[in-house]
Amino acid sequence: MLKEALIEKLDYEELSNCMRCGFCQPACPTFRETGYEAASPRGRIALMKAVADGVMQPDQDFVDQMNLCLGCRACEPVCPAGVPYGQLIEQTREAIEEVQEHPTWVKAVRKVAFTHLFPRQDRMYRLGSMLRFYQRSGIQKAVRKLGVLRILPKQMGEMEAIMPEASGRGIREFLGATVIPAVGERKRRVGMFHGCIMDVLFSETNLNTVRLLTEAGCEVVIAQGQVCCGALHAHSGEREEARNLARKNIEAFTKAGVDVIVSNAGGCGAMLQEYNHLLENDPQWHESAKWFSSRVKDISELLVELVEPDAWAGLPESKRVTYQSSCHLRNGMKVTKEPVNLLQSIPNATYVPLREGDRCCGSAGIYNLVQPEMAGNLLDEKMGHVAATQADILVTSNPGCLLQMKAGIKRAGLEGQMEAVHIVDLLAGARRKNGTSSDLQA
Amino acid sequence: MLPEHIRSELCAIVGEKHCLDRQEALVAYSYDATPMQQSLPDVVVMPQSTEEVQQVMRVAAKHQIPIVTRGAGSNLCAGTIPVGGGIVLVLNRMNQIVEIDEQNLTITVQPGVRTADIHQAVEARGLFYPPDPGSMVISTIGGNIALNSGGLRGLKYGTTKDYVLGLEAVLPNGEVIRTGGKLMKDVAGYDLTKLLVGSEGTLAIITQAILKLIPKPQTQRVMLAMYADMAQAARSVSDIIAGRIIPGTLEFLDQGTIRVVEDFKQIGLPTDVAAILLIGQDGDAESVDRDMEKIAAICKKNEAVQIKVATTPEEADEVMTARRSALAALSRMRPTTILEDATVPRAQIAPMVAAIQSITERYGLHICTFGHAGDGNLHPTCMTDARNHEEIERVEEAFAEIFDAAINLGGTITGEHGVGIVKAPYLEWKVGAAGIEVMKGIKRAFDPHNLLNPGKMFAKETRNRVVIDRA
Ligand SMILES: Cc1cc2nc3c(=O)[nH]c(=O)nc-3n(C[C@H](O)[C@H](O)[C@H](O)COP(=O)(O)OP(=O)(O)OC[C@H]3O[C@@H](n4cnc5c(N)ncnc54)[C@H](O)[C@@H]3O)c2cc1C
Ligand code: SF4
Ligand code: SF4
Repeated sequence: MLKEALIEKLDYEELSNCMRCGFCQPACPTFRETGYEAASPRGRIALMKAVADGVMQPDQDFVDQMNLCLGCRACEPVCPAGVPYGQLIEQTREAIEEVQEHPTWVKAVRKVAFTHLFPRQDRMYRLGSMLRFYQRSGIQKAVRKLGVLRILPKQMGEMEAIMPEASGRGIREFLGATVIPAVGERKRRVGMFHGCIMDVLFSETNLNTVRLLTEAGCEVVIAQGQVCCGALHAHSGEREEARNLARKNIEAFTKAGVDVIVSNAGGCGAMLQEYNHLLENDPQWHESAKWFSSRVKDISELLVELVEPDAWAGLPESKRVTYQSSCHLRNGMKVTKEPVNLLQSIPNATYVPLREGDRCCGSAGIYNLVQPEMAGNLLDEKMGHVAATQADILVTSNPGCLLQMKAGIKRAGLEGQMEAVHIVDLLAGARRKNGTSSDLQA
Repeated sequence: MLPEHIRSELCAIVGEKHCLDRQEALVAYSYDATPMQQSLPDVVVMPQSTEEVQQVMRVAAKHQIPIVTRGAGSNLCAGTIPVGGGIVLVLNRMNQIVEIDEQNLTITVQPGVRTADIHQAVEARGLFYPPDPGSMVISTIGGNIALNSGGLRGLKYGTTKDYVLGLEAVLPNGEVIRTGGKLMKDVAGYDLTKLLVGSEGTLAIITQAILKLIPKPQTQRVMLAMYADMAQAARSVSDIIAGRIIPGTLEFLDQGTIRVVEDFKQIGLPTDVAAILLIGQDGDAESVDRDMEKIAAICKKNEAVQIKVATTPEEADEVMTARRSALAALSRMRPTTILEDATVPRAQIAPMVAAIQSITERYGLHICTFGHAGDGNLHPTCMTDARNHEEIERVEEAFAEIFDAAINLGGTITGEHGVGIVKAPYLEWKVGAAGIEVMKGIKRAFDPHNLLNPGKMFAKETRNRVVIDRA
């Protein structure tokens, strides 16, 4: 059954485009960790093709191997043949999901998460309120004291410990407006993609995003009706649900009539940019999906474009900063230089490059929860390099990476010496000269 | 499938984790970078030391199981395809740099070390290991040695064979031999080191190597020269060498390749020129400058329509992009890319390229050519689709004619990719029936039961030579 599903979903043309040169292997974290051909992009593509060709039956080992892939897509930019590996693995996971028999409780959890929670922003906020209540009411303290967390898998406990303070309100409720005018002359009309988790756990970062954008001359529109980008769905094999979400977002932003759609989370941005592929076979939506995808930009791209490099006032005190680049921002959106350029232009910040800062931190959506061993190994290796920078601030540009880096700092015993910060929050703290700041308040 | 007791003997040596016969593992080690070739092994074994290799070899000998040694599987001659099943012996866990000896200027490595890691390790100490196959970011030194790989610097610095001073290798009976050493001179008996270099895993399993290092050149410079006429480009190559200049790099792209590269990268290459030469020199700053001037003058004299000399590292990088992106650009055109490897004496490059062009047209195919002009090693590359069986047959015929043309011009059927399975039917064209017999005798001396990489190098049948009608 899985075989048929795979044959139906996999793009055979792209499978054949892989020339098996192996150039992708040194870039692949799971290959580096295991040295095992099947745990490399070339190997995984060969397995997919072997199934499509009828050389092998897709058994549990096949599924395990596909699950071990981080989906970081580090293999894509180095591939001479331009094989879109990210799409192939998603197609594979969609096929697996279609036939997968989950235990009832997993089914229930997946159903709640994928169909009832992430797609419904109002419910995300409600969950945020609950989390906030848990964090504030003293229950969290009590729970930690009682050591209840010890009964959770280690990774979950680690995540709980670094969870930022949640909020029951999103950016729109904070601002009480859906259109926020530019400070000074209006240069762009920008649709802000606020994200689902981002808007609950990182509402301050979203607020700072609006601040930075309006100060850079953007009129910011918080398009109504926008929902989760669908990345978690697509990566977990729920492509159909991802398509539903895509249609909703396209509709919301088309209505808003914006020049640019800006995201502050690499994982979301890359997904939004792929709507045109996601809806390729949907004649009714494909054109507007292309319109949508071609307008998506990361906040750092827009800031580099609109803000003179010498316009930043600088950090209050001098700090060493380093940068962990988020996989989907780098390999999906192809944004590499802009965040570094921004960091380098902040007075009082000394930028120190991070060795292998372009390698996946192991967070990868919910990967750290489902593949704790591999994720842990990757994180430990990463933190070794991080410690070597002796930075005060470790900057990232995606919520998942940010949480993982916070967990990493704790795990490596670097608390108190170093903090992990989203690039938007760092920039907001570096503000601008010439007093053209917005007076947005939460 | 191997009988259970043999499997457990192998597992006992390397551990369960490194002895795999799951379906997914067998598929993952059933191919290499060679297009259209695949065959499943019975078991995959990943040893970590010479002793483990010896023990695995003994088990294989006891039960007469074929063994195919594998580095990164990046070869293009189907050298690591386990045609007869058996054991695929993966050496990428043996990846330690054992020693860098700055007194003797040598490096001792295990076979699974990646070529690029050797470069990095020695260059950090101001030393240099010149062989640089295009695949060096993935290829292992074991694979390089077994295939005697060449690279962009072959003209000036030679190929892998010129840097291997000594080897440790496991014979098919499980014995270890050590050849050569940290020596520049050694004439004691037959040169087994040289014999093992290029033996394609058919004679012994290389488990350690001592390589020669040289001081790292101070500076490097590059230029591009573009020509309206292939013959003038070829004449420039001969004139440069005749002018007693040996460039560090002397690469070539034909018009088809240039068009595709420009289409892909938009670096401003003129798409109407017939050929581009990428010329580089390294050494001390003064002599590099002098050479670059002389080379530019030679190119001008041969009517290069444009010469672009890089003055900054960024420009140099841009110039190199043209050559570096060749394969990438070509491989994006059609599903299957067949990169071949015919070599001629460098004075014959123009007639060889002309022959490739006329063969391509006659067969109605899309073949572009690029390669190492300096050493006459050309890579005619065919863009095709493996699913189109009729076209693939034409591709095969066309390449047979191309190899034939190369031999007629005093060349060879492979300059650096090896014989493996792909070139085996042509080997006799190059070395003759007597040559094949001597080679088979050597094979028998090392491996009387034909356990190591069987099916490679020697074909059951030699192909009939095609008669070329060069009208
Ligand atoms: C994009 C691309 C570019 C390339 N460019 C070049 C180039 O510029 N020059 C060039 O020469 N080649 C080139 N190659 C071919 C190939 O990469 C090289 O031949 C390389 O040396 C193979 O190394 P490997 O580790 O992948 O060996 P493998 O492919 O694993 O093995 C190659 C052969 O060596 C044998 N072998 C491997 N290790 C051992 C050992 N320890 N003992 C005994 N036998 C062993 C194998 O049995 C096999 O026959 C290129 C390939 C690709 C895909
Ligand atoms: S780099 Fe691309 S073409 Fe080469 S093996 Fe990897 S996926 Fe295939
Ligand atoms: S997505 Fe990342 S983990 Fe998966 S194959 Fe590509 S490089 Fe490896």
